[in-house]
Amino acid sequence: MITTTNLSKSYNGVTVLNIENLDIPKGQSFGLVGNNGAGKTTYFSLLLDLIQPTTGHIKNNNVLVSESEDWKPFTSAFIDETFLIGYLTAEEYFYFIGELRGQNKQDVDAILAQFEDFFHGEILKQKKYLRDLSKGNQKKAGIVAALIGNPEVIILDEPFANLDPTTQIRLKGIIKDLAKTQGVTVLVSSHDLLHVTDVCERIVVLEKGEVIKDLATSEATLKELEAHFSGVTES
Amino acid sequence: MLKNFISLEWKSFFRSASFKVNLVLKIFMIIGAFFMLLYAVGIGIGAYFIIEELVDPNPLKVINKYLIFYLTVDLVIRYFLQKMPIVNIKPLLYLPLQKNQIVSFGINKTMISFFNILHGFFFIPFSIVLIVKGGHEFVNVLGWHLALLGLFFCNNFINIFVNSKDVVFYSIIGILITLGGLIYYDIFDITVYTAPIFQAFFDRPYLAIIPLVLAFVLYKMAFSYFRKNFYLDAGLAKKVDIAETDNMSWLDRFGSVSTFLKNDIKLIKRNKRSKTTVIMSVVFIFYGLLFFTGAVEVYDGPFWRVFAGIFISGGFLFSFGQFVPSWDSAYYPLMMSQNIRYKEYLESKWYLMVIATIASTLLASFYLYFGWQAYAAVVVGAIYNIGVNSHVVLWGGAYIKTPIDLTSNKKAFGDKKAFNVKTLLLTIPKLVLPMIIYAVGHFIQGEMLGFVLVAVFGLFGFLFKNKVFEIIEKIYKAEKYKTLAAYKQNN
Repeated sequence: MITTTNLSKSYNGVTVLNIENLDIPKGQSFGLVGNNGAGKTTYFSLLLDLIQPTTGHIKNNNVLVSESEDWKPFTSAFIDETFLIGYLTAEEYFYFIGELRGQNKQDVDAILAQFEDFFHGEILKQKKYLRDLSKGNQKKAGIVAALIGNPEVIILDEPFANLDPTTQIRLKGIIKDLAKTQGVTVLVSSHDLLHVTDVCERIVVLEKGEVIKDLATSEATLKELEAHFSGVTES
Repeated sequence: MLKNFISLEWKSFFRSASFKVNLVLKIFMIIGAFFMLLYAVGIGIGAYFIIEELVDPNPLKVINKYLIFYLTVDLVIRYFLQKMPIVNIKPLLYLPLQKNQIVSFGINKTMISFFNILHGFFFIPFSIVLIVKGGHEFVNVLGWHLALLGLFFCNNFINIFVNSKDVVFYSIIGILITLGGLIYYDIFDITVYTAPIFQAFFDRPYLAIIPLVLAFVLYKMAFSYFRKNFYLDAGLAKKVDIAETDNMSWLDRFGSVSTFLKNDIKLIKRNKRSKTTVIMSVVFIFYGLLFFTGAVEVYDGPFWRVFAGIFISGGFLFSFGQFVPSWDSAYYPLMMSQNIRYKEYLESKWYLMVIATIASTLLASFYLYFGWQAYAAVVVGAIYNIGVNSHVVLWGGAYIKTPIDLTSNKKAFGDKKAFNVKTLLLTIPKLVLPMIIYAVGHFIQGEMLGFVLVAVFGLFGFLFKNKVFEIIEKIYKAEKYKTLAAYKQNN
């Protein structure tokens, strides 16, 4: 589904990302871990064509993302609060995204109904604009918006951060379900090793922009990751 | 301690994003500020003689008469532009500083603000002239002067209370307009009652103690108000709007554009910055009065009519249109990773500008009072605006990469980054070209042909809409990464 070839990104001669080869097959739940500055968000931004690669390219379903825009209809993402429109209420935001992705009101309502317990009564019908919601609730709204319109690829940057424990557990359920039963390719980055090993079939460790581990998740993965990160000195 | 505060302020001032402009612009800014002060001094000195010559042999009387309006307008301007001291306080809260210290520093800071100092540049020279030239007693002038000083500080502290209370603000504006209207039509003249008060400060200088004490009381009140509300969930809390939802189903008739159109209308309705733009475009409607009433001599030529017409109908078009992708800067990454059809996105902004232009033209129908030529200029200007300027403005906007903070009014009155060679060049087709076209027609046959030619050009420009949108789309795509990077730098 997603092929990365010779990809690198540098700012003023400093390389922040350098991935020779990375293939993510369709329907995989893919986890990206690494310390601050490892290049996780940079990789996702390149994947969404928000920044230009210095060398190399990414193909999303055989579409070259830096050349064509045809990847947009089947790809969705939530990276940070710049993906939210602050002056809309949550419902208005969902309908707006829905319209952009060819879903009418009923479709969107049907999707939202599935997430009622995820929202925990704090998102819908709140008489509040998104900018006035708490960080955690903003994140919930952004993540659910990324699920609207049956995307085939979903990219979530640190989806677990800022969420309460109940929601974290529910989100894990949602992500697993997407990959297993619906064949959606899910890309997740996280600082939480436990969550990421729980959710992802495959985990890639980035360090200073390079892939240094590529693991198929098993019983031993969490131990291995913990051992690895306790040895790494924070840069 | 004070030293630390001051150095913090100093850094926040000089390291703010707006100061990161190139040297040439910095010099221009300094020269501009210098001239502004020079003018204030000039007016302060000159006002006495001008009023004496033209209006009344006793300038003090005239000034006293209008002081009430001067003070109210001062309050309005402060409301719009003067920032509250609470900003930047949050990070200080948990540090080992006395709350009283922080609060009094915040309030003292407002006292030495530009808004207080500016008045000094007018009133100090004026007072000196009063003594030297007017032959008034020093003590009387001093009393009057100190009273005014007290009143301006009162305004300063009142502003701290009313800030972010829109109701208070709009009622002040309402009262101001009503009183002005009543005076104009000789129904009720408030100045009859207020002028003697100001005169009293002059006649009995010791009365100046009253406004000074009042200012001091207000200072204490402002202090205790802040001290009491010095908590994150009280005075320092962000104001939370109660959301209203609106389906705006009447917009569905615009088809696929309606998605964006609805969003844009919400954007305008729900954000402070965009609301200011709307207010400004209403002000532009009255801009033409300077031209058609003959108030300003320089503007009397027939070509200026077209110039006025363009501005009257196009206030919104210019103030909104020139920032077109920037209005969406806060969520530009979302827009860029969604399945957006640029043409519909642009078309929605275009419709908005067209609707606003037509509305302004209808509102401006009172210009018929100044003769058919005046209103013809407005209508023709509107046609040119819709046909040509709407495209040019959108085109120019594609090059402006200033992120807009929708929730604050900062920079609403001009931004240095918006000033670059490309946008400057684009004012030629916007303003100069229609004047030239009109002039050609005017000299060949007369004003009729002039108006018709401008209108024809406007209609002609309409044909190029799709072509121009294609060009803008290309610019958007070419500049995408730069724009994304620029929008990321918030302050």
